Amino acid sequence: MSGVNRGSHGWLSKVVKFFRTGFAEGILILILLAFFVILSFTSPSFLTLNNLSNLVRQVAIIGVVAIGMTIVIISAGIDLSVGSIVGFSNVLVAVLMTHAVPILPSILIALAAGAALGVLNGVLIHDGRVPPFIATLGMMTAVRGLLMLISDARMIAGLPRPFLKFAQIDILWMPSLFFVWLVVIVLSMVMTTLTRFGRNVFALGSNPEAARLSGINVRATVYGVYAFSALASSIAGILYTSRLANGIPTAGEGYELDAIAAAVVGGASLMGGEGTILGTVLGALIIATLRNGGNLLGINPFILQIAIGVLIVAAVLIDQLNKREDA
Amino acid sequence: MTDIRKDFPGVQALKGVSFNVNAGEVHGLVGENGAGKSTLIKILMGAYSKDAGTIDIEGKEVEIHNPVQAKSHGLAAVYQDVMLARHLSVGENFFLGKLPRSPLGLIDWKKVHQVAGETLRELDLSIDSRILVRHLSPAHQEMVTIAKAVYEESKLIVFDEPTALLTNEQVAELFRLIRKLKEKNVGIIYISHRMEEIFSICDRVTILKDGEWVDTLRVSETDQDAIITRMVGRSIGEMYSIHHQERREKVLEVRGLTREPRFRNVDFDLYQGEILGFFGLVGAGRTEILRCVFGADSSDSGEIRIRGRPATIHSPRQGIRAGIGLLPENRKTAGLAMSLGVDINVNLASYDLISRAGFVNLHQEASRARRFVSDLTIRTPSIKQKMRNLSGGNQQKVVVAKWLSRNSAIFIFDEPTVGVDVGAKVEIFKLIEALLAKGNAIILVSSYLPEVMGLADRMIVVYEGRVTGTPRRGEFEEEKILRLASGIVDIGNGGKP
Repeated sequence: MSGVNRGSHGWLSKVVKFFRTGFAEGILILILLAFFVILSFTSPSFLTLNNLSNLVRQVAIIGVVAIGMTIVIISAGIDLSVGSIVGFSNVLVAVLMTHAVPILPSILIALAAGAALGVLNGVLIHDGRVPPFIATLGMMTAVRGLLMLISDARMIAGLPRPFLKFAQIDILWMPSLFFVWLVVIVLSMVMTTLTRFGRNVFALGSNPEAARLSGINVRATVYGVYAFSALASSIAGILYTSRLANGIPTAGEGYELDAIAAAVVGGASLMGGEGTILGTVLGALIIATLRNGGNLLGINPFILQIAIGVLIVAAVLIDQLNKREDA
Repeated sequence: MTDIRKDFPGVQALKGVSFNVNAGEVHGLVGENGAGKSTLIKILMGAYSKDAGTIDIEGKEVEIHNPVQAKSHGLAAVYQDVMLARHLSVGENFFLGKLPRSPLGLIDWKKVHQVAGETLRELDLSIDSRILVRHLSPAHQEMVTIAKAVYEESKLIVFDEPTALLTNEQVAELFRLIRKLKEKNVGIIYISHRMEEIFSICDRVTILKDGEWVDTLRVSETDQDAIITRMVGRSIGEMYSIHHQERREKVLEVRGLTREPRFRNVDFDLYQGEILGFFGLVGAGRTEILRCVFGADSSDSGEIRIRGRPATIHSPRQGIRAGIGLLPENRKTAGLAMSLGVDINVNLASYDLISRAGFVNLHQEASRARRFVSDLTIRTPSIKQKMRNLSGGNQQKVVVAKWLSRNSAIFIFDEPTVGVDVGAKVEIFKLIEALLAKGNAIILVSSYLPEVMGLADRMIVVYEGRVTGTPRRGEFEEEKILRLASGIVDIGNGGKP
């Protein structure tokens, strides 16, 4: 019992109540807008088309990964292998293309291979009863090794021109990567709110035993969740290849933590059963804007890192105070 | 406690309640859920702060703002969820955070077990202080909590639904312990939904209703009816009076069902329009048998027939398709997704029926939820409300709605009234009555004999994984059934009616 003493932090509960009354994402939108307003006054170069499209380009790839992560977190799991799968599909697609496989088949093979790794995660977790943290930690390590083996730990250059051009083109002044992210966002919003699979994921995350006793196919749901996450990471890996014009063996390192951060700032609960795609999108944007704005203002990047750490913990802290008020 | 008031956003939980306990007295505290019992106790134990009123201990006014202060004033509480460190020994739990040290600065284990052992012996408890708490039965864990409170020289111990997880024998043991505490002049507040317990252990009883004090009575000068009437405005005789149906065709036939080591060779039939009670002591295997029938666990051998046709049921999905709905004993851990809305929980077992090509029909999802919320009078501000914000009785109704909406024909209620108050109990019984009237068949698992005797048409008595008797309504005799449940006599007609 840590002081559930209401009297002593009355002002805090008022703040918390304000957070609760609107829809949960409202506050995130407000924070993001506040950042935009402050930055456009303090930095002349922030609100320029060039900078914004740069910002979007930076956030789009990790944004796709974070959406996969969100689905896993809603199911009360965790996927630490996303960064390695980004790297794997990045290297694989580059290797295939440099071995004269046409662009489209290369992409499809990379996506399928990535998704297969996700299913393997699912098998380990559901059938092997390995905790998700351990299963995907093992996968993260092994896949990174595998891609080092495939690439000989070297950059893979000489990719076909049309493939590289994709990340450079703008549509309506916005980078093409943004539109890929947008498509993933929309599809996953539909998936989480309108489909039976989405309901099953929430039910599984909220109470796995109740889900099983309600006749939900737990195996298919777990496989689907990890396959989706790995597929999202593979898409991100291919975008990464196009953007950086090379197969890069270290691609995606540390993405798992950035993706978890975006989901958590966006309101997903690591206990499962809670989280939204919109929240994660906003979470990713807030973190990216903080980084981008900080750079423009010449703030020491280490201080920025401290700020992002504080943001992550603050997001969960507010959530916890919220729940305490509920109890 | 004098004139205690407490407001929560939107509700006044306590509207000036006064209450006193004498040393060496067992004081019962009763009331429906939401009457304010828990709030009152939480204020006393320092978990909530009061808005107004005073608390006096031994004539002196005290301020209690946190659990540590409550403890320093000699207050202790025993909750149904035992608050012990499960992976530590009994002795260590006695000294949690203040283990005695030897001159070398190491833990003085000898002293730990000596002191803990003495306290346990003093209370006539044969529990080894070296054993890990998780190896103890729930009953013994509770005893350890009580012994710890005694060791800490508590002047007042609160028991909140202490018997919820205990068998009859264990309850008797608990009562022996409480009487010992009385002799030591400890004051006791005893909260329970079970009237029998109030009458067998309490000296006085205070009734709360809607956050207000209703009455404080000497137990020797009142009866159950008087108390229940004051609690809910309804007498006890009406509680179990439900309208029974003629039994019709056989819907379920179970033969030779076995799952070692829990139960073996279980035979029984279930008819449309009847309530089949499953009675047995805790651990007898009742729940396990029915989990197998539903498909939550798989059986080693045996045959299940649904409406005369053999059915293969190895998973909940197959059980659900066969028309069976399981309302598990612990709805929080097994029946409901607490962080999700009422609408999703009502439809949880039916998404295959209201989806097309993987897409949920949102209109049907909402309209079905609304229909069951109004049919079952589930009290919730909206169908989007999260389950964890509903009361126990309303949560139970949502579990029923889940299976009703799935068109189940066989409803297995496993301990449906554990932890719900009298008012909600009556609502659950009305619900069972309505299910019967619609031609469903009901299996009622309970370790509370008056409930099974009051409701069932027929009873299956289980002892150590075997069926020991199948009395019909009219042949129900408490003593005889208890003998069957203790394995003392065995008529063993194999469960055939």
